[in-house]
Parts: sequence; C-alpha cells; structure tokens
Amino acid sequence: MEAIEYTTPKTIAEAVQAMASAGDRARALAGGTDLLVQLRGGRRSADLVVDVKDIPELNEVSYNPQSGLTIGAAAPCYQIYANADVAANYPGLVDSASLIGSIQIQGRASLGGNLCNSAPSADAIPPMIAMGGVANIAGPNGTRQVAVEDFCTGPGRNVLESGELLVSINIPAPAPNSGANYLRFIPRNEMDIAVAGVGSAVVLDSSGQNFVSARIALASVAPTPVFAREAGDSLAGKAVSDESIEEAARLAMEAAVPITDMRGTVRQRIHLVGVLTRRTLNNAIRRARGEE
Amino acid sequence: MTSNIVLSEVEYNVVGKRHVRPDGVDKVTGRAQYGADVQLAGLLQAKVLRSPHAHARIKSLDTSAAERHPGVYAVVTAADLPFASLTREELGGDYQRLKFASNHVLATDKTLFKGHPVAAVAADSLHVAEEALNLIKVEYEVLPPAMTVKQAMKPNASLLHDDLFTSELGEMSDKPSNVASHMAFEAGDVEQGFQQADVVLEREYETASVHQGYIEPHNSTAFWNADGQLNIWCSTQGPFVVRTNVADILRHPVSKVKVTPMEIGGGFGGKITAYLEPIAALLSRKSGRPVKLLMTRTEVFEASGPAPGTWMKVKLGASRDGRITAADIFLAFEAGAYPGSPVMQGAACALACYDVPNARINGYDVVVNKPKTAAYRAPGSPQAAFAVESVIDEICEQLNVDPLEFRLRNASREGVRRVEGPVFRRIGLVECLEAARNHDHYSAPLEGPYRGRGVAAGFWFNRGFQSAVNISVNPDGTVNLIEGSVDIGGSRASIAQQAAETLGIAYEDVKPTVVDTDSIGYTMVTGGSRTTFATGWAAIEAAEDVKTQMVERAAQIWDASVDDVEYVDGVLSHKSDPELRMTFRELARQLLGTGGGITGASNVDPAGEGNGFGVHVVDVEVDPDTGKVTILRYTAVQDAGKAIHPSYVEGQMQGGVVQGIGWALNEEYFFSDQGQMMNSSFLDYRMPTALDLPMIDTVIVEVANPGHPYGVRGVGEVPIVPPLPAIASAISHAIGARINRLPANPGAVLEAMS
Repeated sequence: MEAIEYTTPKTIAEAVQAMASAGDRARALAGGTDLLVQLRGGRRSADLVVDVKDIPELNEVSYNPQSGLTIGAAAPCYQIYANADVAANYPGLVDSASLIGSIQIQGRASLGGNLCNSAPSADAIPPMIAMGGVANIAGPNGTRQVAVEDFCTGPGRNVLESGELLVSINIPAPAPNSGANYLRFIPRNEMDIAVAGVGSAVVLDSSGQNFVSARIALASVAPTPVFAREAGDSLAGKAVSDESIEEAARLAMEAAVPITDMRGTVRQRIHLVGVLTRRTLNNAIRRARGEE
Repeated sequence: MTSNIVLSEVEYNVVGKRHVRPDGVDKVTGRAQYGADVQLAGLLQAKVLRSPHAHARIKSLDTSAAERHPGVYAVVTAADLPFASLTREELGGDYQRLKFASNHVLATDKTLFKGHPVAAVAADSLHVAEEALNLIKVEYEVLPPAMTVKQAMKPNASLLHDDLFTSELGEMSDKPSNVASHMAFEAGDVEQGFQQADVVLEREYETASVHQGYIEPHNSTAFWNADGQLNIWCSTQGPFVVRTNVADILRHPVSKVKVTPMEIGGGFGGKITAYLEPIAALLSRKSGRPVKLLMTRTEVFEASGPAPGTWMKVKLGASRDGRITAADIFLAFEAGAYPGSPVMQGAACALACYDVPNARINGYDVVVNKPKTAAYRAPGSPQAAFAVESVIDEICEQLNVDPLEFRLRNASREGVRRVEGPVFRRIGLVECLEAARNHDHYSAPLEGPYRGRGVAAGFWFNRGFQSAVNISVNPDGTVNLIEGSVDIGGSRASIAQQAAETLGIAYEDVKPTVVDTDSIGYTMVTGGSRTTFATGWAAIEAAEDVKTQMVERAAQIWDASVDDVEYVDGVLSHKSDPELRMTFRELARQLLGTGGGITGASNVDPAGEGNGFGVHVVDVEVDPDTGKVTILRYTAVQDAGKAIHPSYVEGQMQGGVVQGIGWALNEEYFFSDQGQMMNSSFLDYRMPTALDLPMIDTVIVEVANPGHPYGVRGVGEVPIVPPLPAIASAISHAIGARINRLPANPGAVLEAMS
C-alpha cells in the first residue's frame, strides 16, 4: 500500500472541492469495505481518500409517503434494515442490506458504496434498479440525477465524472399492491459473492391476480448489473400464473451474458437466473398480496 | 446424542477428565504470543518477490536498483544460498535433495509455480520493502505449465526438471520425466480374486488441490548474530524439523540454530516445511539486523502446501454374500513443483479398513506446476478413501447389502495383514462400525425428495517417533513439565494429565511449558496424530524417573532401603513402618535441604502406536434447482484408544469433519489457463463457515491401544478421512447419480443431475 492523503470534509461543497482537487486520483471513502481492501491489495491506487462520513446529507435515511425513501450514500446497511420505515415499506431493500458480507461488514458497508464500487456482483444494485431507484450526484457543475440502472458502465466503472460524488439514492414510494424481493445464489450461506443474483419488483392490481407492471434486474451475469427490462415488461397486464412467470424467467435468462470463472460457469449462471427470477417474482407477489 | 462407548476397563484419576487448558487464559485475553507479535530492537520488515508465472525460465535477474533504494538493508536471491556455489561432487548423494530444497526456498534457473520466491528484500518498513520489490527486474521466458497429473504424465508433457528421473519400482529410469516415482504393493492373486467375484466394478475419480486453511499465515523472524548463532522465532508444528531444514539449506551447524516455536494458529500438517526461515536468516546475515517475514493470505495459498489433487482408478470385486475378493487400484497424486506427494501413504491407507486377500496398488508421484504439496491431516488417506469407499457404496447398492453390514463383514481386525505388510494389533474398527449401526442417527428415517444418507469408514496409521520431556519438582509440590511439542489441539493439557496420573498428583499441580530447541531434547513434529501418544509417553517416563528419585530420597531421609519404600497415588510410605509416610508435597518441601532438587528426564521413540479408525454417517439435502448441498445431520464415531481429554478428542473429530465437508463440497484451487491461482483468498476459496455446518455429533469409542500405558491411539487425522466418501455417497443417493469428482460444488451437482 502506498502513502495516501486523507481528508474529512464536513459539507458536500467541501467534498466536491476535495474530489476535484485530485481528479481521477481521488476516491470517496464511506464504509471502506471495498476501497481499503482494494488499496491494500494493490487493485486500486489513489492519491487522496475523501472520507464522506462526516457529511450530514450522506448519512440520512428518511422516508416520506410522497417522495419515497432517501438513503444517504454513506449510511451503513445496519441503519437501513434497522429503520422501521424501511422495514415496513421496502422489504426488498432489506433483503440485500442484510445479506451483504456479514453482520460485521454490514456495520460499515453502505448501499451507496456498493453502487459506486460498481461490481457486476453487487447485491444492493438489482433491488434498487427493480424499485426504480435514482442516484443523486453532486459535482463541480452542480447536481444531477441518474437512474440506478444507468449508473454502472463496466466492472468497477460508473458515470461519476472527475470531482463528482454520490450524495444519496432516492427510491420512489411503493405503489399500492406492490412488492419486491432480492435473492442471490452462493455456494455457502454467508461471506460469499453472488454466482448470480436477481431483484424483482411487481405491482399488482387490486385483485392481486394480475400484474400492473414489473421490473427485474440481475447480478453477476454481465460486466454490469443488468436491467432486464423486457423480462419485467412481459408481465405487464398479464395474469399472475406459472406461465407468465416462466416467460419472464426465460426473458431474464436471455438478458444474461455471463462468463465462466472461479465462481461459476456460463451455463450454471444462466440457469440460476431462471431459478432466481421465478423465486423472486413469487416472493414479490406474496409481499404485494400482503401474504408476508 | 449417544454417549461415548468406553471399553477400556481401567479407572483413572486424572486421565479421561475434561480439565481446563493451561493456555486458555492467554488465548482468550489476547496475550498469547504468536509469530507476528515478535518484536526485537532494530527489527527490519521483509517481503518476497514471487514469480507471476506457473512455469518460466529466469533469463535475467537484476536487484541493483532495489539495493540502492533508500531504507533497504539487504536483498537476497538464490545466489546467496550455499547450494549455488557447491558442486554436484561436493554434495554427493545429497545433491538432488538439497537442490530441490534450496530451489524451493529461492528459485535458481526456473520458477515452477506461481508464487515461487525469486528474491527478497529487508527494509525499514513493509512499504519500503514493497517499493523495492517493484525495482527488481526479472526477465522470464514463459514455459507451458503442466497443471494436473493427467497433463504431466503425457509423453510430450512440459518437463519441470530436466534432471528428474522416475524411480520405477526402486530402479532409476534414464529418461527425464515428471513422474518422480512409481511404487506398488501387491498381495495374493489379484486375477484369481476377480474370477471369484460375483460383481466387479471399475470407476475413475478425481479430486482438486485443497489447502489446509490455517487461520494464521506463515511467519518467521530471524537474527543471525555476528558469532554465527542463528535464532529463529516462527509458527511451526516442528521446531526441530525447522532447525534441521535451515541447517541443511544454509549449510550451517545444527548447534548454531535455535528455533523458538511461538503459539500456533493452526497447521494441519502445513506448518512443517521451512518456507520463510532460510530467507529471513539470509536477510539477517546480510543486514546484521533481525528480520521479520510474514506471508499474506494470497502468499499462503500460492506458495505453501496444498494437499494434492489426484487421479484415481479403483477396480473392486465382491462375492454375492458381500465379501471383497480382489482390488486393483491406481493412484496418481500431484506432488507440486518438487517430488514428495503422500501417494505412498494413500496407497497404504486405501484398503486398510478391509481384509482384502488379493490386492494390487500402483502409486505415482507426479510433479506439476503448483506449489509443492505439504502434509494435510492424514496425508493421502482422504483421497484414497473417497475412491475406495465410493466403489464399495456402489457395490452395496448392487448387492442390496446394508453398507455398514458390508463393512462389518470385511472389516480389518486383529491379525489381518495389510497390503503393504504390517499385521494389525488390537484395533477398534468393528466396534466403531457397530456403534454407528446402533446409533439412532443410522435408524432415524430420512424422508423427503432429494435427501440421501451416506456412510464411510476411514483409517490413519497414527505415528510414534521421538519426544523428550523434563519434569522438575517445585518446593510447593507442583512440577514444571518442559516439552518440545508445539500445542495445536490441547496437548499441553493431555500431556500434563498423563504426567499427573503417573505421579499421582492433581492435574493443576503440573505446569506444562513448550520450549525452544536449545532447551529440550529432540522432539518430532506435532503431527501424525503422535503427540498425545509419544510425548505423553515421554511424560510418563519422565514422571517415572521423578518417582524413582523421590523414592530414593525418601529412603535416604528414612535411612531405609529403596526396596522398603512404596510410591502409591502420590504418597510415599515405608512398607513395614506405618509411621514413615510422606505425601509428594511433603517430600517436595524437603528436597532442597536433603540433597537438592529432582528433575526427571526422558527421551523416547515408542513403537507401540495404535492404528486409528473412524466411521461417519451423514444426511444431506440437495436443492434440485441450484445443486446446493445442505448437511442435515452428521455423526462421527471414532476409536480413540483412550481419550485422555475427551473434549479435545471431540474437538479433533469435529474439526476433521468440518475440513472434510469443505474438501467434499466447495474447496478447490481454481487456476487460469496459464496456471495462475484465481481464488487465493478466503472469499473465493470456499471453506465452510459456521453457518454452513450442523452440530457434528461425536461418539468416542475406547478400545485401548495395548502399545501405550494408558491405551492412547492418537485422534487428530482419522476424522478428515470418511467425510469425502460419506458426503459423496449421500449426495449420490439424494440425486440418483454418482459423484466421482470432488468438490461436489453446486455447479458440479447440477451437471451430475442433468
């Protein structure tokens, strides 16, 4: 590990200034569960680490029935799943926040950091895509919003420009009769990276028997998290049935373009996308119907 | 949970009780000193430059910029090893062995695995050492690697060593080869045995390279004093073995090397080889300062002992009434970069559980471009058991015979001759099989789809070898017990218990200490399941020596003959004068005034080791959608001979099972096409976590070993042997397809199901 500069700005403006001062050689630090490991392992290098944990907006976790949920980029997982509003309205988000790493990791790791690390296997990104999350970014030229599905551009790469900083993620208020679920497949039961992961969110009609809309997103099966738009769209207006779910699973499998590596094979991963799409849709439907 | 089955008939006072471990407080309070805690004035930090290629020729090596780098005190390469300047004539018969050992420490002309050390730097800080490594220029000619025995045994395979010739059944062949040796065992008439069989099955198996996975990485601190005295502090299972290896590799007198074993964070056989010690010593000699060298986890995976990946073929014949008539076995084990896989042990263990009249076993030790394999808990036995027990499971299915009943019909017992020669003394396999059959686990119904039950037996020799113990009597009636056996699994307690039992004093009155190689007689490694047996034996003999001297002293004080003095349960008494009576403590108080203190000493090399057997039962459930295996229930039964400390015996059994579960389900070295390990972290090298395991039930069976005063057999290694075949069979029953390659990870199980 090389010598690095470290700074702790108190405001977004100070953070943006600090990030801009080192350009591509600056990295934002929230929980550090990715960044510190990467710096020590020589997989990333930086001249300046900007610790964003002292900035109030980046620690916010707040829910409003109109505007939805705002999650500060540095808020650790445990604050998300311990929040009563989140637990009541966003169980699909709790699914991922409570399975990242381990209990110890969840004490530090943030969903914002998971998004900015932009790993194809990130567990928090598919449910945020499925629930229509939007990233709020601050930079030298002001603020901008980017849909979570458009945030990642490659393994470890994303839309953040030099000097820019993720401030928060906004997730819309849940529609009536809606539900979401995230599942990943790992060979062990904890402390592992997804071989494949699927996040599904559905909105049903008031009868609970028909889909109004659905969004499905995939992890670990492409260079970035995948928004399987066609798979979700295929359900809109259809009756809830094994056939419609099977068709969505088939389209989700078509959207997967995985590689074979130490964590799994192409064949295994595409198969798992089908399995997990079926399982997450069924879980999301149960939640939409208020059955759990 | 079934209670333990005690067949030993002797009642003991201290032995067999669950005493508090002497090292417990230091370990739970964090005060125990491990190798990474060593601090010395002027200590330098060092780092090793390692080969990025699995197989390459070093065309040039330039360390000059690193040597000039500010803060760097020393840079070493293979040129600093004495081997580099000695000729074949000077080294004679030791040439090949020393060349391999020396090149393993620091590569000379070729690097033979990714992670092979090429150079090392000692500097003010680790960061400066890392910077200096980047300044070393190495030019490699990359060569094609041979990564598996199948690849390496091909006639046109890429050769690792141009001077390695096959030892073909003891004869040296004349053509260089990756096959270091071919050995064979044969008994009876194999062809005739197969003719007698009603069912003959022939199957092929493979297992992947796996790592011992000890939590504490390798570490070594060395100080080479100006007078040539070399002091080493390290994490090792065998300080005396490190002393010998370092003295050999550095051509330094063994008496000038002192090795201090620090507390050890796991070893499992992998902490015997001297990886870092010679490098740290050379850096210290060059810099004149003490030097500390630590491995990262990646270095541990890439450059220290995996257990060998294997390719095995088993042909087994059995009669309709469930008797094995013949076996023909082929074992090819990866040695890693240098010869020395445990294929011989695998061959000797393969059929040891059974009385097989006609058997042939061929074993091949094959070098490949992976780190040199090291011992791992019953080296060679788990792989061989996976192959043999799996075929037996299939035969049981074909014959419709209960798998435990089949094993009972064929079980080795006293008087049976093993295929490699020795005849069994009293052993406890039959008792273990019966205990497993009678356990409520085995009769519990296992209902539901995709569930299966598997059973398997396993064997390990257990070892004797040399140990030394000194026991000094303190004025307050306690004793100090000095030993050379590093304590990995609670052996301070189990050895102190044997001393206390022999002396007839309380366990708490024995204070055991593990010391350096200058302070005790030669003691072989903590390994081979030998420590409680052999060092325990040394403690018993040292205690007997103390008793003899205490009797002499009592006789002197009483002005009696030693023949008139009795020593029973820690009390000395005159046989004919009931007024003359002293407890151990009372006499201890008088020692200094009556001729000085008393120290008992012993050096032993006991031959009465008792072979160990275990029988395991496991239930699994397979998720048919994902191939993921869940262990529902696990019961391990094992003959301990005498469980000196039952809790630590149970701990060994559970620990062995956990490592076996990892080996069976998910652990595997995953290599790139170029032979680079891709998963050299605990994130992607998937050992089981606590959440992946059920409670492992244990049943200790005690069939006393007649070759040990308290009946000890040794227990550490047997329990890693049965899990591989037991789990593979359980999965096979759950999914209706055989598992013939390990690990049976979810992807592999899915493939087997499709």
